[in-house]
Amino acid sequence: MKDIDGKLAKLGPIQLDALREVASIGAGNAATSLSEMLNDKIQMKVPKVNILPIDQVPEIMGGADNLIAAILVRIKGDINGGVLFTLGNNSANKLISLLIGEEVNIEKNIGELEESALKEVANILTGSNLNAFSQMLNIRIMPDVPALAHDMAGAILEVAFIEIGQIGDYALVIETEILGNLEVNGQFFIIPDPESLDFMLKRLGVDVD
Amino acid sequence: MLISNKIRVRMADLKVGKENDVLITSGLGSCVGLTLYDSSNKIGGMAHIMLPEFPSNRKQGKPEKYADTAIDILIEELRKVGANIRNLEAKMAGGAQMFNFSTSNDRIRIGVRNIEAVETILKRKRIPIIGAEVGENYGRTMELYNNTGEVIIKTVKQDDRIL
Repeated sequence: MKDIDGKLAKLGPIQLDALREVASIGAGNAATSLSEMLNDKIQMKVPKVNILPIDQVPEIMGGADNLIAAILVRIKGDINGGVLFTLGNNSANKLISLLIGEEVNIEKNIGELEESALKEVANILTGSNLNAFSQMLNIRIMPDVPALAHDMAGAILEVAFIEIGQIGDYALVIETEILGNLEVNGQFFIIPDPESLDFMLKRLGVDVD
Repeated sequence: MLISNKIRVRMADLKVGKENDVLITSGLGSCVGLTLYDSSNKIGGMAHIMLPEFPSNRKQGKPEKYADTAIDILIEELRKVGANIRNLEAKMAGGAQMFNFSTSNDRIRIGVRNIEAVETILKRKRIPIIGAEVGENYGRTMELYNNTGEVIIKTVKQDDRIL
C-alpha cells in the first residue's frame, strides 16, 4: 500500500475542483436515470469533495448510529475502487415502494424483493454515473455485482472506505447528493483506490507529480 | 445514584475512564472495539481498532489505528490512571463483513484479520478475553460501564447483548 496521506497532502484546489467536476457530471447522469425511472424531477447538489480525518468518515451521514441502506459496487478496469450509493431509511422505503408498487418498511423486514429492487436501482444509477466517468476520462470501467447492506451508517462507511484502500489517516470523500420531489434522497460516494486517484488526476490533466 | 459520564471513542481512537464513566464507540463494522477492564479498581479503557498491524514501511501514522500499537498504548494509559495491569480482562466486538460479495476476495476480509490480530496480541500479553461478539455481517455499537465492567452490544436488528 502506497502512502495515501502523502498523496492527499499534495492535492490542492485545482485537483479538488477537477474531481468535483467529474463527480458532478457522473451524478448528473445518475439523476437523469433516476428521474426517468421514477418519472419525478430529481435535483442534484453541488458535489462535496473533501479531505477528512479518517475518524470523521463514520459521521458523514449525520451520525454513526443512523440506520441506512447502502449499495456498494466495486469497480475494476483502468481505475479500481468502488461507488457507494446510500439512502436514508425513509428514502429507501419510498424508493422501493415506487418501484414495486406497495408500501414497505425495511426497518421491520427486508425481503428478497426489496433487496433486489434496491440493488437494481443502484446498478442502473452507478452505471450511468460511471458512464460519464469513462467517457470524460476516456477509460474503461467495469462495475462488479452490487452488494447491499442495511445497517448503521458508521459501520457501512467505515467498511467501504477501509476495504477499498483509503486507509491513511485522511480520506478523500467525494460525495454528491441527489434529491427528488418524492422524498427520495440519496448520496453517491466515489472511492478510488490510491493508484486510481493518481491515474484519474493525470487523465484530468491536473496530476500533482 | 451515580451520574454517568459518557465518553465517545471515535474510529482509530482510544480512551480510558474511571468508575462513573461509560465508554461508547458507535458503528463498528470491520473494525474491532476492544475493552480492557480492571474490576478491582473499576478502571477501564476502550479502543476502536481499524487494522491489524502498524505498517513497517511507514514512519508516521496514527498508532491508535492498528491493533498492535493501539493495545500497547491502551495498557499504558490504563496504568497511568491507576489500573493494575495484572487484573485486566478483555472484551471485544466487531470485525464484521458488512457487504457480501459473490466474488469475495479473501485479501479483503479485514474484519477477520482484525479479530485474529487482537486475539493473538492479547494471548501474548496474557490478558484473558472474557467476552466477545464478533464476525457476522452487521454493525455494532459497544458500551463499557466502568462501575460494573459490563459491556453492552447494540445492533439495529437484534436485541442488545450483554458481555
